[in-house]
Amino acid sequence: MPKGLVIIDKERCKGCGLCVAACPFGVLAVTSELNRYGYNVAKATAPEKCTGCAMCAQMCPDAAIEVYRMAPAKEGV
Amino acid sequence: MSVNVQIPAGYVPVYTRPRSLSEARFTYCPGCHHGIITRLVAEAIDELGIQERTVGVAPVGCAVFLYEFFRCDFAQAAHGRACAVATGIKRANPELIVFTYQGDGDLAAIGTAETVHAANRGENITVIFVNNQVYGMTGGEMAPTTLPGMRTVTTPEGRDVRATGYPLRMSEMLAQLDGPAYITRQAVFDVRHVQMAQKAIIKAFQNQLEGKGFSLVEIVAACPTNLHLPPAEANRWVVEQALKYFPLGDLKVRD
Amino acid sequence: MKVLMRGNEAMAEAAIRAGCRCYFCYPITPQGELVEYMARHLPRHGGVFLQAESEVAAINMVYGASAAGVRTMTSSSSPGISLKMEGISYLAGARLPAVIINVMRAGPGLGNIAPAQGDYFQATKGGGHGDYRLIVLAPSTVQEAAELVMLAFDLSDRYRVPAMILADGMLGQMMEPVELPAPIPPEKIPPKPWALTGAKGRAPNVASSFDLDPYRFREILRALWQTYREIEKNEVRWEEYETEDAELVLVAYGTMGRICRTVVRQARKEGLPVGLFRPITLWPFPYEPLRKLAERVPVLLTVELSSGQMWEDVRLSVEGRAKTPFYGELGGVVPTPQEILSEVKKYVR
Repeated sequence: MPKGLVIIDKERCKGCGLCVAACPFGVLAVTSELNRYGYNVAKATAPEKCTGCAMCAQMCPDAAIEVYRMAPAKEGV
Repeated sequence: MSVNVQIPAGYVPVYTRPRSLSEARFTYCPGCHHGIITRLVAEAIDELGIQERTVGVAPVGCAVFLYEFFRCDFAQAAHGRACAVATGIKRANPELIVFTYQGDGDLAAIGTAETVHAANRGENITVIFVNNQVYGMTGGEMAPTTLPGMRTVTTPEGRDVRATGYPLRMSEMLAQLDGPAYITRQAVFDVRHVQMAQKAIIKAFQNQLEGKGFSLVEIVAACPTNLHLPPAEANRWVVEQALKYFPLGDLKVRD
Repeated sequence: MKVLMRGNEAMAEAAIRAGCRCYFCYPITPQGELVEYMARHLPRHGGVFLQAESEVAAINMVYGASAAGVRTMTSSSSPGISLKMEGISYLAGARLPAVIINVMRAGPGLGNIAPAQGDYFQATKGGGHGDYRLIVLAPSTVQEAAELVMLAFDLSDRYRVPAMILADGMLGQMMEPVELPAPIPPEKIPPKPWALTGAKGRAPNVASSFDLDPYRFREILRALWQTYREIEKNEVRWEEYETEDAELVLVAYGTMGRICRTVVRQARKEGLPVGLFRPITLWPFPYEPLRKLAERVPVLLTVELSSGQMWEDVRLSVEGRAKTPFYGELGGVVPTPQEILSEVKKYVR
C-alpha cells in the first residue's frame, strides 16, 4: 500500500495541470478522460509513488484534491 | 467533498477541502490563481475558526461569485466600493470579521479612493487584493497594474506608458500611510509561495481578530486566459515578468 | 414641548430618535448643519458617525451598515445625491432599507446653494440605473420634516425599500418651533432575519443585487414591483387645503407647498375660490386623489422651483379633465406669494 493517497474530484477538476507540475514524484497526469464539463481530468496515474506530501492539493485552483497518508504503525503495540 | 470514495483503512487525512467552502464549483478559468487564493482564504477562516462570524464583501470581477463559494454571510459590493461596504459592515457590528476580496481593477482603478481611505482610517478589516494585471471578467482589458509593453485588448500594441502611465504599486502607496497595520505582497505561482501566502492571509485575519487595524495582502497572480498561456507557463510569466514590477515581501508590519 | 430648531438639525434629531445608529456623510451646503448635528449627537447615543471620502463611499457604507441590519442614513444635496445614485440603485436591488436625505439646491452642475426642486425626476423616476423606485417624502415645514424622517425609517424597514426625504435649502436652513417625535424603542424596530450577522446556526445570508440568470432575476424584480404596488396602494399621502369649493387648485410640494398655502389665504381674502393640493409622498404619487379633484376643479396650476417636473405627473393624473397650466422658477429664485397670486388671477376672477 503506498504511503500517500490522492483523491481528485473529477467534476471539479479543469485539467489545468498545476497539480501535475507541483508533484515532486510524478504521481499525477492530465488524462484523456473527460468530466461532465468536457475538461480533461487529472488522475493519479502512478499512485504507488505518492508520499502524501499534499503539494498537489495546495496548488489546486479548484480545491478538487484531498490527500491521505498511511497512519504510522504504532510502535510496540 | 462530493466525491464518495471509500478511504482504505489506515489512511488519515493530510489535506481535505476547507469546511468554510461551500459545495459550489469555482467559476474561475482553468489554472486561475483566483481559485488558489479563494481556497487560501477559506483555509484561513477554518484555521482561525471564525466561519460563523465572518462576513465577506465580494467585488465585481472574476470573483463576483465569491459569495457562492463560502459558507459565510456575504455582501455584494458595487465595482470598486468593497472597502466602503466593508467599513459600513464593520462599523455597524465590530464583532464581525469582515474581509474584502478584490481584483486590481476593483481595488486600484475605480476603487482607489475607497481603498486608500479605508487604509488611511486604519479600518479594522482584511483586504485580499488579487493583482493579475488585467480585467479578466470583461475580456482582458488593461488594468492599472498592466505591465509596460504588455498586450491587452485595450493596449493591442502593448501598454504605452506615455499614454496610460505605469503599473500602479498599491501596496507601496498604502505602506506610506500611518493607518495600515499590515501590508504585504505575496504570490501563488508555486507551492512554496502558496504556503507563504497562506501564512500572510492568516496573519491578516489574525490582525483583525486582535483589533490591529487595516491589513492588506496583495497577491501577484496570473490570468492564464488573458495571458494566452497554459497555466504552468502563466506561472512562469509571473516570475519572469510581473515580479519585476511587483517585488514580493512585507511592506509594512506594525506589531 | 416645542423647540425652535433648524430644519437640518430637526431631521438629524429625528433620525437619532428613529433609531439611526450609523450615519455616513460628506460635506456639502446647504445641509451642513445636519452633518454637524450628527457629529455632535449621534456618538452620544452609541451611534457611528463617519465622514467619508466622497458621497460615493458614504452611500456604500450605508449599504454595508444596512446589510449588517442597522438603521442607517446619509444626507447630501443635489450634486452629492447624483454621486449616490449608483449606490441607491444597488440598495434598491439588494432590498436594503436606508434613508437618504436630499436638501436640494439649484442645478444642474455646480449651480448654487439656493433652494430648488430640480431633482424631482432623479428622486421619483429612478436617478440610478435599472427598474427601481424610491419612497420619496417631501416635507414643507420643520415639524413635518422631523415626522417624515421617522416615517422614512419605518416605511423603509417595513418594505425593504430605500426612502428619500426630498427637502431643499430653504427648509434645511429655516428655524421653526418643532415638537420632536418620541424616540422609537429598539424593540419596535422590525427584526431583520436577512441581515449579515454571521452564519451561525443558519444558512448564509447574502446582500446582493446580482443574478446572472434573467429568469431568476425577473422573479426577484417581480417581487420587488409587487412591493412597489403595495406601497402605491397603502402609503400615498397628500394634503388638501380649501379645495372644497375651489375654482383653481394650486399643486405644489415642499417649500413651494408652504408658499402656495399663503397664496390661498391671500386669494381667499380677495374672494377668489383658490385651494392647494400638496403631495407629501412624491413616490408613490397621489394620482387618484388628484384625478378626483380634476373632475370638479377646472384649473390645476402646478407651481415648482424647476422647469416643471412634478407637472408631468400632474398631467398624467388629470389626463385632460382640467386645464393644467404651470408656473416655475429656476436658478434658486423663489417666487413671492404676490407673483404666484398674479399668475392665479389669469385663470380665476
